[in-house]
Amino acid sequence: MVNRVVVGAHYGLGSWLAQRITAVIMAIYTVILLFVFMSRRPVDYGAWRALFGYGWMRVATLLFAVSLGWHAWVGMRDIFMDYVKHDGLRLALEVITIVAIASYLGWAVQILWR
Amino acid sequence: MSSAAAKKTRPKYLSLSALLFEIRLPSTAWVSGLHRVSGALLFFPFAAWLLYLLDTSLASEQGFAHVRDEYLKLPLAKLGLTVFIWAYAHHFCAGIRFLLLDLNKAIEIRKARMTSYIVFAASILLTIAFAWRVW
Repeated sequence: MVNRVVVGAHYGLGSWLAQRITAVIMAIYTVILLFVFMSRRPVDYGAWRALFGYGWMRVATLLFAVSLGWHAWVGMRDIFMDYVKHDGLRLALEVITIVAIASYLGWAVQILWR
Repeated sequence: MSSAAAKKTRPKYLSLSALLFEIRLPSTAWVSGLHRVSGALLFFPFAAWLLYLLDTSLASEQGFAHVRDEYLKLPLAKLGLTVFIWAYAHHFCAGIRFLLLDLNKAIEIRKARMTSYIVFAASILLTIAFAWRVW
């Protein structure tokens, strides 16, 4: 017996909550990054390289990137569900979005741990 | 039901031109709509563009000099950065407003309108403050 209910107010709560939590993580990172930029002023290559050489900076930036990917997935999917009525086109756009997010994350890891 | 009402086609789908030129949307709707527009822009192309800039500037001293002294001196790149700053500022401010609405803060119409004006004011001021340094 399958008791799964696929309609109703609770369905999508996980996505909704994930979007909020990742938003808070990215907001905190943004404020920290602005503070770091203003206090350290990495205007030459050495300082720029040194900033992204710190372990905490790399991990925080990766956390931001993962949050962005998750957040963007929920947001882009919402946009497609609202405006793209053709099922095949919507599926194609969702697949492109997932491929783009995976590529962004792979690229970010490559940049941060070179 | 009157016969005139019965003849109206339902549902009525609103076109983009109707939303832009026929209907006067409240400011809260503009905050919401632009939150979507800015979010989509930040995902593509801006996330990819920023990754490219980060990649090039961290790869080598020449790459850093190229980004700082040549690439970001191009008017088109400056325009791109300005749009990015606006999109980030609006998405950030409107996002905080939505988080507060989720917590049932300022949900009465007068306060909700007031916070939507604050979002526009704050994001435009932030855009001017940061874009000033770009140009």
